[in-house]
Amino acid sequence: MYSVNYHRAASVADAAKLVKSGDAKLLSGGMTLIPAMKTRLAAPSDLVDLSRIRDLQGIKVSGKTVTIGAATTHFDVANDDKLRKACPALAHLASLIGDPAVRHKGTIGGSIANNDPAADYPAALLALGATIITNKREIPADKFFKGLFETSLKDGEIVTAVTFTAPAKAAYEKFRNPASRYAIVGVFVAKGKDGVSVAVTGAGDDGVFRSKEIEAALAKNFDAASLAGVKVPAKNLMSDIHASSDYRANLIAVMAKRAVAAANA
Amino acid sequence: MSDISFVVNGRRVSGAAEDRTLLVHFLRENLGLTGSHVGCDTSQCGACVVHVDGKAVKSCTMLAAQASGSTIVTIEGLANGADLHPVQAAFKEHHGLQCGFCTPGMIMTATDMINRHPEGLDEATVRAELEGNICRCTGYHNIVKAILAASKTMSKVSKGKAKQAA
Repeated sequence: MYSVNYHRAASVADAAKLVKSGDAKLLSGGMTLIPAMKTRLAAPSDLVDLSRIRDLQGIKVSGKTVTIGAATTHFDVANDDKLRKACPALAHLASLIGDPAVRHKGTIGGSIANNDPAADYPAALLALGATIITNKREIPADKFFKGLFETSLKDGEIVTAVTFTAPAKAAYEKFRNPASRYAIVGVFVAKGKDGVSVAVTGAGDDGVFRSKEIEAALAKNFDAASLAGVKVPAKNLMSDIHASSDYRANLIAVMAKRAVAAANA
Repeated sequence: MSDISFVVNGRRVSGAAEDRTLLVHFLRENLGLTGSHVGCDTSQCGACVVHVDGKAVKSCTMLAAQASGSTIVTIEGLANGADLHPVQAAFKEHHGLQCGFCTPGMIMTATDMINRHPEGLDEATVRAELEGNICRCTGYHNIVKAILAASKTMSKVSKGKAKQAA
């Protein structure tokens, strides 16, 4: 790791000031950033640690409205009783991220700000029609995720929370790479008052996306049988040593079927 | 440089380190606590697992400065003098190790796992929860056995304590 200056932010306002120094980066759980710094793929001059800011932690459920603080860990999302009742699919998704030690540190805000094309949360937030709240504004999920490791966050802008309306039904199914355990394909389905939405992670060559073909088939009847014969185009899907784009296209339909079955169970 | 101060295995320690110093290097090189191992350096193998504020974390993926102010338990802090911790005793009894390199991380992960599942553990849960700890010798079989046995022992001990208290 190259030399770096560490700062512990006492508040979001404090962090917003500190992040202006040099080529600073925000540090939350550090489960991606620190490994990237160790291999010198990332070399910020300064780190601004958000993880001790109380205002950024915790989960609120009020009626159907769920709000999760950006520095809430995957472990806390997976194990929060209120969330497990309101949106069990999201709690389940969090329980599938990394391993227990990673879930104890990694945070929802850090994950979405990084927007890894194989990360789990982007699929959930896109399918749930979530809003990402920052220290400057509110951004709808479909305007937030912009491609591989790209978001609409401006320099120094800090994600403070995410909020969404709990859907009537939802589920997440992920097909993992057997070694890295990242999603080769992950599909989050949600059925709410605005209809059905289906978001896919791990597969798009421009990051997370919604599958129109699967949404159209499920809009008629929210049942796994509706997906029989539905073809997802392989165009714009990733092709690499782990899976070809055709394989991923097929897997999207398979994972969507499993997710719908789980949501209806 | 950062001034780092935390409690390790019940002892308050402090020292100065470069901001980029990883917690595992601070433990090993500044404090001489060499039980926490660096196996992969890519945050995958879990040989460096310690407990920070009661939670199992990879000490190779955290800066020492991030941990300042916390309470840390390493493998050196588990035994009570010459009496092994029940998880250590179970690893010995069930031969849950061969070369022993991954063992400190395995035991710290197992202890955290058992603490989080006071209702008891089954084999599938143990295997799933060991996802972040890699052993290249044993095939995990005896590690899983040891953790299941320790989970039983520890639940008996806590039930016994509850009875005494009642």
